[in-house]
Amino acid sequence: MIKNTRKHPAAIDLDRRTFLKGAALGAAAMALPPADADAGFLESFFQKHFREMSDEEIKKVIDRLEKDYSKQFSKEVKVKATKPMENVVFGYGLDIGRCIGCRKCVQACVEENNQSRDPQIQWISVLKMKKGAKMADFQTADKYYQPEQVPEPGYFYLPVQCQQCEDPPCVKVCPTKATWKEKDGIVVIDYNWCIGCRYCMAACPYGARRFNWGTPNVPAEQLNPNTHYLGNRPRPKGSVEKCTFCIQRTREGRYPACVEACPVGARKFGNLADPNSEIRKAMEHFRVFRLKEDLNTKPQFFYFFGVKSNRAEGGK
Amino acid sequence: MTTALINFFKDITNIFKGGPKYYMLMGILGAILAVGLGAYYLQVDRGLIITAMRDQVAWGFYIANFTFLVGVAAAAVLLVIPAYLYKFKPIKEVVLFGEIMAVTAIIMCLLFIMVDVGRPLFVWHMLPVIGTINFPASLLGWDFFVLNGYLAVNLAALGYALFCYSQGKPYSLKILLPIVIFSIPMAFSIHTVTAFLYGAVKARPFWNVSILGPRFLASAFCSGPALMLLVFQALRKYEKVDIEDKAIFKISEIITYALGINLFFLFVEIFTDFYSHTLNGASMHYLFFGIDGKTNLVPFIWTAVVLNLAAFAIMLTPKYRYNYKTLNIALVMMIIGVYIEKGMGLVIPGQTPDPLGEIYEYMPTTPEMLISIAIWALGAMIFIALTKFALPKIKAAKNFDH
Repeated sequence: MIKNTRKHPAAIDLDRRTFLKGAALGAAAMALPPADADAGFLESFFQKHFREMSDEEIKKVIDRLEKDYSKQFSKEVKVKATKPMENVVFGYGLDIGRCIGCRKCVQACVEENNQSRDPQIQWISVLKMKKGAKMADFQTADKYYQPEQVPEPGYFYLPVQCQQCEDPPCVKVCPTKATWKEKDGIVVIDYNWCIGCRYCMAACPYGARRFNWGTPNVPAEQLNPNTHYLGNRPRPKGSVEKCTFCIQRTREGRYPACVEACPVGARKFGNLADPNSEIRKAMEHFRVFRLKEDLNTKPQFFYFFGVKSNRAEGGK
Repeated sequence: MTTALINFFKDITNIFKGGPKYYMLMGILGAILAVGLGAYYLQVDRGLIITAMRDQVAWGFYIANFTFLVGVAAAAVLLVIPAYLYKFKPIKEVVLFGEIMAVTAIIMCLLFIMVDVGRPLFVWHMLPVIGTINFPASLLGWDFFVLNGYLAVNLAALGYALFCYSQGKPYSLKILLPIVIFSIPMAFSIHTVTAFLYGAVKARPFWNVSILGPRFLASAFCSGPALMLLVFQALRKYEKVDIEDKAIFKISEIITYALGINLFFLFVEIFTDFYSHTLNGASMHYLFFGIDGKTNLVPFIWTAVVLNLAAFAIMLTPKYRYNYKTLNIALVMMIIGVYIEKGMGLVIPGQTPDPLGEIYEYMPTTPEMLISIAIWALGAMIFIALTKFALPKIKAAKNFDH
């Protein structure tokens, strides 16, 4: 996109994009019933792609969203646009030897990230797998287990969420660039730019993406008002969403909600770029694998099992 | 020039004139369209939750219809090759109908995409310049260009030929031929790109196979022309359009080869998946035999296989291929067969089981069906209207020797 459009000195501040949008606006205004054509609607209709907005424009959009959400939920909702930290690449670790399948992480995630309660949306799927089952064969997995008590004997649990791939197939296929990978490794979605074609869902090898099939519904008293534009703010119907490593928390140096909620400490999180970080220490300590490595998506989500044997290290 | 243009468009009013039968036909189609619009209103209001699609199977009946129709759009090019490259005159005269069908099919394709997206108001985001089209990385970006390009090329060829006819003179091959020749690689590209749309998805082993492109082409060369042949016969019977037997039989011969190749490709896929028996074959297994008692698609795919095999047997036998009764039976069987195999039979098993092994059995809901049927009705209306617009011109041009 041409950023520095040459302007006629007498012309008003109107670059080509704005002009084309204006022309489209006229056409759209004619096609729309006048009742819908209020200022807020038009502003959101012509909102630019998040990455093409200046900080000032982002602030304007955020002001509008905060006003809308605060009105909709009758409480003050904050929308941030915190940028990635320097020299930080987030990585996630999950010790499947420890996970007991309690799904506390799922619950914490839903509450923190304002997932729709009805219809139900959950970003984390915990798979119950038979011990001794082929790891690659997810067909033996059960996502809907409802036992009296966990863990059940003879089973282990494999929680799956967005793997924040280094080479994310979802980003590659998106026709509108509405989803991209941020500098700190988080794959994000501009919910206002997503057109809802769901190609990313077809492309994701981990079944991590969720679509708002109906109007998302979060009871006002349960809404987490501390939100991020690219994360847990309320989503529109017809757009795609997924785990963002709790971008609203982690970019402020906090843990993702699922890490905090895990009662057995199976979840680790930290800065892959820092050799002394918790995640890097854990990766040295455990045996590590990633899901569907043959697809070469290079997840930044690592699964741990067992403790690295000393003998394998040459008896150090 | 102005009078020429006025003459050209004068026949537009023809679309609204016709006998009681014509009004009745358009009335019925219009009623179906109205019902579909009602269902679509419901979908816009409540969201795609009124369909049977869910996170596990995120593409359904709409995209299945889209995929089939991309194939139909190729019909024109199949007619173009023998007509212009090999100077086979009987087919040349019907090429324009092929182009009308291509235009109609592409419009329907675009409509099926529009009803499938979650936020249709925002599709302008994928336009070049004013939006942020992800080109060349996204195959949907490519599809946007080739589908619209193919539409433009066919509209140009059709518009030019009809414009000349309306002036009472034959078209100049010098102008038309380059457009028509250009439409040949375009037709191949819409199939290849749509096949790559699926083939590009490494997360779905059922789609991520290199035979998908060739399979798309082969099946397109069956269903599209088959549909055309039925339309030609109808035009001949009801509109007294002069279409020679020779043209119809030539096309049916080409269809026979295409169907044979299509069946062979399907067999190759079945062999590879079932013989190697890897976990990646689960989708194929689900399609043909079901998994864990989940067998929604099984009756459909076997119907398709039987229909295609039977159609092939009929078409292979000259005695039956040159007999309109048996030929038409074979054509109908083939259209249904390919519609199943390349529509639901391709889109749904690609997503079943889902990437985490879950088997969600997708079957379209009533509103989903109503919306799809409405697009078909609208397609029929567009085809009939365009034909009605073009017919007087084509008939008048009958005596031209191009």
